[in-house]
Amino acid sequence: MDIVYVDNNATTRVADEVIEEMLPFYGQFYGNPSSMHTFGGSVGKKVKEARQRVADLIHADPEEIIFTSCGTESDNTAIHAALLARPDRKHIITSKVEHPAVDNYFKVLEKQGYRVTWVDVDKHGRLDLEQLYKSMTDDTAVISLMWANNETGVIFPIEEITAKSREKDILFHTDAVQAAGKVTIDVSRVAVDMLSISGHKIHAPKGVAALYVRKGFKLSPYMIGGHQEKGRRGGTENTAAIIGLGKACELAGHHLDEMNTRVRELRDYLEKELLEKIPASSVNGDPEHRLPNTLSIGFDAVEGESILLMLDREGICASSGSACTSGSLEPSHVLMAMEVPFKSAHGSIRFSLSCYNTREEMDHIVNAMVPTIQRLRDMSPFWKDGKMV
Amino acid sequence: MWDYTDKVKEHFLNPKNVGELKDANAVGETGSLSCGDALKLFLKVNDSGRIVDATFMTFGCASAVASSSALTEIIKGMTLEDAEKITNDDISDFLGGLPKEKMHCSVMGQQALKKAIADYKGIQIMEKPGEVVCECFNITDLEIIEAIRDNGLESSDEVTNYLKAGGGCGNCLERIDEIIETAVAEN
Repeated sequence: MDIVYVDNNATTRVADEVIEEMLPFYGQFYGNPSSMHTFGGSVGKKVKEARQRVADLIHADPEEIIFTSCGTESDNTAIHAALLARPDRKHIITSKVEHPAVDNYFKVLEKQGYRVTWVDVDKHGRLDLEQLYKSMTDDTAVISLMWANNETGVIFPIEEITAKSREKDILFHTDAVQAAGKVTIDVSRVAVDMLSISGHKIHAPKGVAALYVRKGFKLSPYMIGGHQEKGRRGGTENTAAIIGLGKACELAGHHLDEMNTRVRELRDYLEKELLEKIPASSVNGDPEHRLPNTLSIGFDAVEGESILLMLDREGICASSGSACTSGSLEPSHVLMAMEVPFKSAHGSIRFSLSCYNTREEMDHIVNAMVPTIQRLRDMSPFWKDGKMV
Repeated sequence: MWDYTDKVKEHFLNPKNVGELKDANAVGETGSLSCGDALKLFLKVNDSGRIVDATFMTFGCASAVASSSALTEIIKGMTLEDAEKITNDDISDFLGGLPKEKMHCSVMGQQALKKAIADYKGIQIMEKPGEVVCECFNITDLEIIEAIRDNGLESSDEVTNYLKAGGGCGNCLERIDEIIETAVAEN
């Protein structure tokens, strides 16, 4: 059975071009880029090229790019360094819909005595800017807000927010793991101090990521060790993966237009078809400010895991905002923060597309979804005669 | 992805006895929309007290559907006397086991059956005796004590797996630990 992969906010297929770029560095070119000899140095040159390619995707300088092992490490590193740089400040700000890499770190910091402001979102997943601006004080060390949300695709107005945080001399980190490669990121225009991106969300392999650190900010390392990454991240470089990440960033730059035209049209088509053909369905998240590839859609009176397992039989890979897939029992913290009603929160599915998806695949999804939802509703005690009871 | 047995998958994908039973003379309902799963069980009991038919309607995950399907298969043809002895373990065993995080689905089956039998006998089950401990899922101390006793639970994680209690905001986890301590001491 052919797989229809629409779970690209979870992870992506490694691009063929990326694999091709990487393979020699698992084979004959195994040198250490830090070595004095030409053999190692030749790998160093490719790592340098990768750093340039990552920098180009976000309009940064290559010296502002640090390679890490994953998005979580980038996020943790940034927050950790910000707090060390502002030792006298004891207040930190984030939102209620962050990825666990930020959310759980902030919870630990709260236990350690930091005062945390968890900024609310409205029912469309939009940040409460008034609350955010009011909470910025002289005691605020760092603000960490995601560029775009992994579950709903909602984009936060980072440019607008960083103008304010810069005025108040508050360090700003953004988790741009979901945004990179899907929308334009230009750090020469947006006053972020640190920005995380992850390889496996943009068709590079798992286990490699990057952290942008604005020139002039002296970052204390999170991973303490050797002189790699100019002393900002110890540990021998994951050379092949870094070279893969570089290639993936180059490709992401090339595909940015396609992402915002063809892929966006596919997503919009899928959304329109599902809303039209399945009654009592609703989109989660601000339709105006949303990643072009993401669709979070809730279906009344049915439960997400059941939907996913039925789709799985049709070869369709998606994910849900429901609790039952994760082992926790409440719907996702993102949908809860948005106060999505329980009737549709438990039955919310996320479809996240990539450049590899086709129109035929969207039709296949619609054709599978219509009878799946019908079947589960026929079984549901909350559904009778075509409506919620 | 959950590690479901083939039997769970089979009863999820092709559940038995789905739908409303028009001539049911006993109904038991448990769970709610906010909890993420709910089961409505319909029984037809004949004059000699035997369950001649059973159907269900379920909102929930695969193991909730499979547990409901399994329950109806187990109790069809049983006398009420025997059905009263059915436990959540019987449902789980019938399915070849459930992931521990999903045991509450089998508990839901047992609860719905209990309510349906009470409904048939015209007994009013006192709604939730005891003191509510978990406000997210409306679980009382007596329910927690019963689950600890029946299933030999020893940690708040296990209580959450069986009853969901503590699985929402987590504010009651300390209270659950206290209840476990007391229950274990009493044993």
